[in-house]
Amino acid sequence: MDTIATATETALITASGISKTYQQPDHAGRLVLDHIDFALKEGEIVAILGKSGSGKSTFLRIVAGLTAPTAGTVSYRGHPVHGPAQGIAMVFQSFALFPWLTVLGNVELGLEAQGVPRDERRQRAVAAIDLIGLDGFESAYPKELSGGMRQRVGFARALVVNPDVLLLDEPFSALDVLTAETLRGDIEELWMQRRVPTKGIIFVSHNIEEAVEMADRIIVFGSDPGCIRAEIAVPLPRWRDPTLPAFRRIVDEVYTLLTTVPGRETTRRGARSDTLSMQYRLPDASIQQLVGLLDVLTAAPFNGRADLPHLADNENLTTDDLMVLIEALQLLGFAQVGGGDIEVTPQGRTFADADLQRRKQIFAESLLRNIGFIVHIRRVLDERPGHAAPEARFLGELEDHLSEEEAQRVLETVINWGRYAELFAYDYDRGVLSLENP
Amino acid sequence: MQQRWGLPIVAWPSRLRPSYWDGVALPLVIGLIMLIAWASQQMSVPYHPGQTLAISLDPWHLPEYGLRTVLRMIVALLASLAFSLAYAAVAAKSKRAEKLLIPILDILQSVPILGFLSITVTGFIALFPGSLLGYECAAIFAIFTSQAWNMTFSLYQSFIAVPHDLREAARMYHLSPWQSFWQLEVPFALPQLVWNMMMSVSGGWFFVVASEAISVANNQVLLPGIGSYISLAIDQRDLGAVGYAILTMLVLILLYDQMLFRPLLAWGQRFKFEELGEDEVEPPWFLVMVQRARIISLFTGGFDLCADALSRATRRAPKIALGPRQGSRHAGALDRIWSIALGLGAAATLIEIVHFVMAEAGLSEIAHVVALGFATLIRVIVLIALASLVWVPIGVWIGLRPRVAHRVQPVIQFLAAFPANLFFPIVVSSIVIYGLDPQVWLSPLMILGTQWYILFNVIAGTLALPTDYQLVAGNLGVRNFLWWRRLVLPGIFPAYVTGAVTASGGSWNASIVAEIAKWGDTTLQATGIGAYIADMTAKGDFPRIALGITVLSLYVLLINRLLWRRLYNLAEERLRLD
Repeated sequence: MDTIATATETALITASGISKTYQQPDHAGRLVLDHIDFALKEGEIVAILGKSGSGKSTFLRIVAGLTAPTAGTVSYRGHPVHGPAQGIAMVFQSFALFPWLTVLGNVELGLEAQGVPRDERRQRAVAAIDLIGLDGFESAYPKELSGGMRQRVGFARALVVNPDVLLLDEPFSALDVLTAETLRGDIEELWMQRRVPTKGIIFVSHNIEEAVEMADRIIVFGSDPGCIRAEIAVPLPRWRDPTLPAFRRIVDEVYTLLTTVPGRETTRRGARSDTLSMQYRLPDASIQQLVGLLDVLTAAPFNGRADLPHLADNENLTTDDLMVLIEALQLLGFAQVGGGDIEVTPQGRTFADADLQRRKQIFAESLLRNIGFIVHIRRVLDERPGHAAPEARFLGELEDHLSEEEAQRVLETVINWGRYAELFAYDYDRGVLSLENP
Repeated sequence: MQQRWGLPIVAWPSRLRPSYWDGVALPLVIGLIMLIAWASQQMSVPYHPGQTLAISLDPWHLPEYGLRTVLRMIVALLASLAFSLAYAAVAAKSKRAEKLLIPILDILQSVPILGFLSITVTGFIALFPGSLLGYECAAIFAIFTSQAWNMTFSLYQSFIAVPHDLREAARMYHLSPWQSFWQLEVPFALPQLVWNMMMSVSGGWFFVVASEAISVANNQVLLPGIGSYISLAIDQRDLGAVGYAILTMLVLILLYDQMLFRPLLAWGQRFKFEELGEDEVEPPWFLVMVQRARIISLFTGGFDLCADALSRATRRAPKIALGPRQGSRHAGALDRIWSIALGLGAAATLIEIVHFVMAEAGLSEIAHVVALGFATLIRVIVLIALASLVWVPIGVWIGLRPRVAHRVQPVIQFLAAFPANLFFPIVVSSIVIYGLDPQVWLSPLMILGTQWYILFNVIAGTLALPTDYQLVAGNLGVRNFLWWRRLVLPGIFPAYVTGAVTASGGSWNASIVAEIAKWGDTTLQATGIGAYIADMTAKGDFPRIALGITVLSLYVLLINRLLWRRLYNLAEERLRLD
């Protein structure tokens, strides 16, 4: 068995100057990761947090050797990584189990690829299955199992190859809260009791509490392009109690980092339309949820001001969902965020107090004041002789700055918001935006 | 590792204990091996052109003929399987190969299957001089062409749709390309492939019957088989023999359904990617036997060992990191050169075809053939419309009654598999006896076998229509015409289009045998491109065969592009239920 390395500060993984540009057809390359330097030391669990679209999963795939960086190098124990390396294993958000193989077959897969003889393969797989608490399910197919059990198979598959470094890509986010917590606890226990030879773990997450609970260090990724915004050490002893003030302080700190857009919090109103250029990816918040959240915020017990973790808990929202809504509220000028708290602005209050028709008016005014792209659409429609323009035109403009997928998503959001505010109409069949009354 | 190569018996003594199923399996396995050995020997008997093979109308010969026909079918199916695996794998792996292979496949799909027979038969005969094997190969190749393209497309589409995370997992756990092909790509493609294969075999019966009677330059060769039997029965105006042939085919298809179709489908369920569904089927008896009988597990055990050895032989050498990736600096330029080369190749081929055809046939003849194609086009359109008018209401009626549908479905599957050309003599003899107009009355033959696809899909579409929609319609009092227009027709549209595409493709293919028909010495002919191709094939006039096939293929391509693909997109975008 491996002996515990004497130099505990040895770097397992070093990533230096990692950048990634996606080449888009007909468009210039789009930068998703910008010059990232990172090191994973022995005996460390590092969490990577960030909004969706911050390139955190891309970064993990670069470390795994699944994706090649455009610039920069990754090395594993001093060897450059140019492809999936032996000694690094990964657990996937979607489990990525082969549905036609039994639990045993799935766990044996990596060993089979290594050419381990049949008997040894079986023996090691059974041991890994036992370790992760799946004994009795060896002959089950993944589709017979619940999500939590499936992810256990995912962990067994990773652990059976005795990985040095374990990469976890949002491993608990497809599970319900209770299941996720149990599994997380079990993994942490295996780690703490050194029952697995793994020396270091990098895990991508969007759940702040989960990260603070598990990680020794949290890296917060910023978006557009993905970069390291902050690094927070979590010096708390394990097992960590989420109710302790020290724990809460770190959670609040991360919340604040994630919900404020760098450079925006200081911007004054007049300068807004410049910062909110077309490049900005609008959060795809649904109107119903925005209105619902505003109603909740203005009513008791919050009365206009709420602690973010508390709010997420109270409304049963995932961190990701909440982040999207808060970003939208901030954009529209309905709320402000600071110090882990959210506060409703006077305008937000007026909106919440208004009736249905008046709400639409306030929303429209707010859109025209704050969202540059919607102003742009209005202007184009006003100037056109038939007061109509194909959506492809606007999609093209967005695609100059965003990926195809993102552009499509942003346009859908814009159309949704615009329709609600009755700023323009949209014909799905013809794909045309117009000023006609729908 | 060494002891592993001993007899598998030593490895699993418990597996050898016979089960009751062995009582059935043992004679079946031994009988099958003997039959295949005998029949394949018959395939390669010496033969010289001009010699006539004795085909007898005595019904006692039918089991033998049936076996020969089935063997052709099996060989063709295995060949199609091997071809499609290789072709689809290459197309899915290499972007450059994809650019060439997929359009070729698209065109191959629109070439009439019996056209392949007309063109390739001389080549196959030259390949095995003095043996019947050349003719056998030609017939098998015709069946192959009726199955391979379909299966290849299915595989290719599955291969490129393999979920990204599974691919990543395979790479992350260091599966070699060979391992991930068999462990990931093929299993993922299996359910769709099995379904497609079975549908292809159903279509294949039609062509096995049509391809056994091969004419090469005014000389007809009858390969022993059901198709030849029926062709002889037509020559001798023997309706009784036609009846026997139909009966034999009935038994064959029943056996095929029980021993291949159902077990394979049930087995394929295991590879389904989705969650456990409600449509779990009860395991068919044949599958149960295969899984329970020890003698069969001996074979599969040996197979497992071989697969394991192969997998280990091809695995990647373990290393810490892979070497640096190949530079892609010149990839763009190479891609461009490749595209230009492809374009030039296509242009050269086109010029060559034009040369070949123009050497014999003038512009006026080309115009004539295009006009003939138009006549067939009208026929196909009218027939699809008529079949839709009949089968859509019936299909909806059945689909709204799941219990009826459950019972009717196997019957329709059976009807779709039954080679419609076996019924041709009955129709043709009626036309002759009652003196009907062949221009009109030969046409229904084209759709006789393919109309079932419309019915089948309409039923499936109606079954898939959520019950909630029907309840809402009932609740709001939506009835009669409005009910059809607002609920049912949009609801079943995607399924209907799929059925109609298949039916139309099949009808074009059938036109070659349906527009010209014989009953004894009487030949009935309708005006159309199918009759033209059949005529030229009988005469052995290759430039004109090429002309006819090219024009027909172009028609099929155009119709697919202009009509079906658009309807398909419309269905996909607007009328999908989700």
